[in-house]
Amino acid sequence: MRLLYDVVIIGGGIVGAACADECARAGLRVAIVEAKMIGGGATAAGMGHLVVMDDSDAQFALTRYSQRLWDAMRDELPREVEYDACGTIWVAADDEEMREVSRKQEFYTERGVAVEVLDARSLAEVEPNLRDGLVGGLRVPGDSVIYPPCAAQFFVDRALTRGAQLYLGQAVQEITRDGVRLRDGSTISAGVVVNAAGSWSPSLTPRVNVKKRKGHLVITDRYPRFLRHQLVELGYLKSAHSLTADSVAFNIQPRKTGQLLIGSSRQYDVDDSAIDASLLSRMVARALEYLPGLGRLSSLRAWTGFRAATPDKLPLIGPDVENERLYLATGHEGLGITTSLGTARLLVDQIVKRTSEIPVGPYLPSRMTSELVHA
Amino acid sequence: MPETVRLSVNGETVTMPAGSTVAAAILKTGESAFRVSVSGEARGPLCGMGICFECRVTIDGEPHCRSCQTICRNGMDVRTDG
Repeated sequence: MRLLYDVVIIGGGIVGAACADECARAGLRVAIVEAKMIGGGATAAGMGHLVVMDDSDAQFALTRYSQRLWDAMRDELPREVEYDACGTIWVAADDEEMREVSRKQEFYTERGVAVEVLDARSLAEVEPNLRDGLVGGLRVPGDSVIYPPCAAQFFVDRALTRGAQLYLGQAVQEITRDGVRLRDGSTISAGVVVNAAGSWSPSLTPRVNVKKRKGHLVITDRYPRFLRHQLVELGYLKSAHSLTADSVAFNIQPRKTGQLLIGSSRQYDVDDSAIDASLLSRMVARALEYLPGLGRLSSLRAWTGFRAATPDKLPLIGPDVENERLYLATGHEGLGITTSLGTARLLVDQIVKRTSEIPVGPYLPSRMTSELVHA
Repeated sequence: MPETVRLSVNGETVTMPAGSTVAAAILKTGESAFRVSVSGEARGPLCGMGICFECRVTIDGEPHCRSCQTICRNGMDVRTDG
């Protein structure tokens, strides 16, 4: 059976779902192929932190642009998306990290993001369960939290009401010159194929420079009022961005239900989704260093997931370097929930040749090739 | 005369035979909503043997204690979250 679409999107994670929604909104005929379930991979495993980041100007531009798109959509999100404008506090444990607070304050302020520097006392006032002796922090009130699988489902549902077709439970075997071939042998023909398969994207497009980066999370029972903000240690910047060693960092999120989501860990070169008990222990111990009272709370579950990591910590959004009909929307590492909306806009801008609201250059897959040439 | 213990359930003093569970003490006050689910529905003891976690209450300030697995002690302060 042959079907004709303008775009076939591989992957029903939040990135693929947002791309489908945006393609359908632009009037394109869309097919979504998802092998398992909508929002069931990294989308379900991650935290759902909508956060503006400052690791690079390109990272800032995409996260900020995306956050604005989320903010504009806030009132349309169904209740089960659990949108919560709790804000982030970057926690400084020593004077070096407090200097990082000042640097971040300057960076965000220059770019129009509201932030507030907290000294030790005001930090203890807003988050009394943090341990004594912390130096301060930076509060970013515009950051928020969602439950990502329901957001992905919302985007898919909206795309379907605009005429998109969903191929659920169908796995793509191969990307062809004029679409995709499914494992059952059938084909879906389309003018454009979008590989939005996250950490699995290299299995269909081996030249995609994306590696699995495993993470662990723990969720607790409901303890409303234990925390008010998502808290992230500033040591996070040092550990999360180390591209080689296994690392843990304190990163905790209060859910609207009163539950606490405790992270984070990062591991390369591990394909096994099993819990790594020693890494999980390190992760929880790190959280206990910041929040000693966590030890009295009950956890319900721990699980793992795989981020899709690129060498330069930026996603791949745009045409593939070899197959001009193949576009990539992958490699979002730990920021795919936030940047899904910006990704969808930038992708569709390129497909329908619209002018983008932010420059797309830093995210083009071709940057990887030019790096190789210069290497 | 069997030994008894006195505890407080939502501020009300309850006298129970020693060895009784907190769940029994709560039911004795007439309260059946021990807690509420995420969606706001009342919950109470279902399995009575520590498996279902539906009977959780706050005991002496500690949330999420299984009342069916906790034996009444003198002076205990029990709060249902229903």
